[in-house]
This record gives sequence, C-alpha cells and structure tokens, in this order.
Amino acid sequence: MNGRHTLRNSILLGLGFVLMMAALFMVFVYVPTEKHSGIVQRIFYFHVPVAWVSFLAFFVTFIASILYLWKREIKWDAVACASAEVGVIFTTLVLITGPIWAKPTWGIWWTWDARLTTSLVLWLIYLAYLLVRRLANEPTQGARHGAVIGIVGFIDVPIVFLTVNLWRTQHPTTIVFEGGLTTPMLLTLVVCIAAFTVLYILLVVQGAGLKSMEANIRYLKGAMQGE
Amino acid sequence: MENLGYLLAAYTVIWAVVFGYVLAMQRKQRRLQRQIDLLQKSADQTKTNS
Repeated sequence: MNGRHTLRNSILLGLGFVLMMAALFMVFVYVPTEKHSGIVQRIFYFHVPVAWVSFLAFFVTFIASILYLWKREIKWDAVACASAEVGVIFTTLVLITGPIWAKPTWGIWWTWDARLTTSLVLWLIYLAYLLVRRLANEPTQGARHGAVIGIVGFIDVPIVFLTVNLWRTQHPTTIVFEGGLTTPMLLTLVVCIAAFTVLYILLVVQGAGLKSMEANIRYLKGAMQGE
Repeated sequence: MENLGYLLAAYTVIWAVVFGYVLAMQRKQRRLQRQIDLLQKSADQTKTNS
C-alpha cells in the first residue's frame, strides 16, 4: 500500500469516526423523542441509513459488474465483489433491525408484505452472488457468473424502493420525501446517512484492496508453478 | 423509557455485525500477508539456487 492510499484511508477513518460520534450524539441526545412511537423510533436513524447503504452497495456492484464484463479488468471485479459483500452485511442489518422495530410498533416481528418480502429476496439474490463466486471452479468463471447476477439482481433494488408506493403495505411510506420529518429529525437522519456512507466507502476500499491482493497472490503462485 | 430494550438490541446488533465484519477482514489481511511472505521466501530461494 503506498503513502497516498494510507493517507486516503486515514482521512476516511477519521471522517467516519467523527461522523459516527456526531450521529450517536444526535440520535441519543439531540433529536426529540417521537410522540406516537416513543423511544423505539430512534431505531429509524440507523435502520434507514443502513438500508440506503445497501442500495448504494448493490448499485456500485451493478456498475462495477458491467465494467468488468466490458473491460475484463480484475479491479472492477474486486470492487463489485467487495461492494456486494458490504451490501449483504447491511441488508442483513436491515432485516434484523426491521423486526426489532416492528415488534413494539406493529405487535409482530414479521409479515409477508411487499416491502419485507422483496427485501428478503434482495438479500437472497446477493447471497447467491457470493455463493456462486465461492463455488466456481476457477476465479475468472466465478467473476463472470457473479457479474451477471450483479447486473440482473439489481432489478430488485428499485422494486424494493417502490413497494411502499405501489402496494398497500404494513411498512410506512417514504416519509423522508413527503416532508414528514421535523428539522432536527431530518438533520439527524442526514448525519447518520453520511456516517454510514463513509463507513461503506471505507469497507469497500479495504475489501477491494484485499481482493486485488488475493488475485495477485493467485497469479504469482500460478507463475511460480509454471517456472 | 418503554421499549428501551428493543432500541438497545437494535444498536447492539448493528455494532456487533459491523465489528465482526471488520475483524474478519483483518484476519483475511493477516492470512494474505503470510502467503505473500511465503511467496517472497520461495522466490528468494529460487534466485539463490539459480
């Protein structure tokens, strides 16, 4: 890793830390408690940013997969895979924090409504993406098959996003875009989204670096065996 | 402070999963570094022998 990368990572780490501390302060101290749902509504400030990051992650996988199939450069495969991995982690968090919030507000942990079901399908699609890569006979085959899933699977992201507007669901509509939040709530949400986005960038940069390193080691091993 | 347990559970899960993922990445980095060291050693040996 060269000096420029180290500096970039240090800046990202510092920025991420400051933003996350600010986010925690705003969630637990600054923002007023919502009148109807009570204190449990504060799950919203991490549940929504985590969902946003998972959408962003799968979008990056989508773009990087197209670029990999087009240019066949290993760096795009590394970015696509690292982003999908982070996307799966964050979708897992959405699927865990959602029911934890649902139980005290809806009285149930889970319901098979459109938003929840398509979110679960999204998680399964990208879990399959990671499995296909891992189970492939050779890494280039896994990268190629993965890229196809990364492109086709992205179809589910806008579907998940639009479910609450297209169908009647138990899940609330996107109140952020409908002016349903007070200024302190909106400000807290923006800071939380910024904090999680920086965390996402940091994880993808590290993850892609590791995957490139792995590919180089494989190449060197092959070259040495061929000597 | 009703439902505080749910709030704490949600935030604990988030940090536990993120922390676990970072740890797994660190472990992978160490494993790859070991492989690089081994490759370096074997390349040095080949150079000495030839």
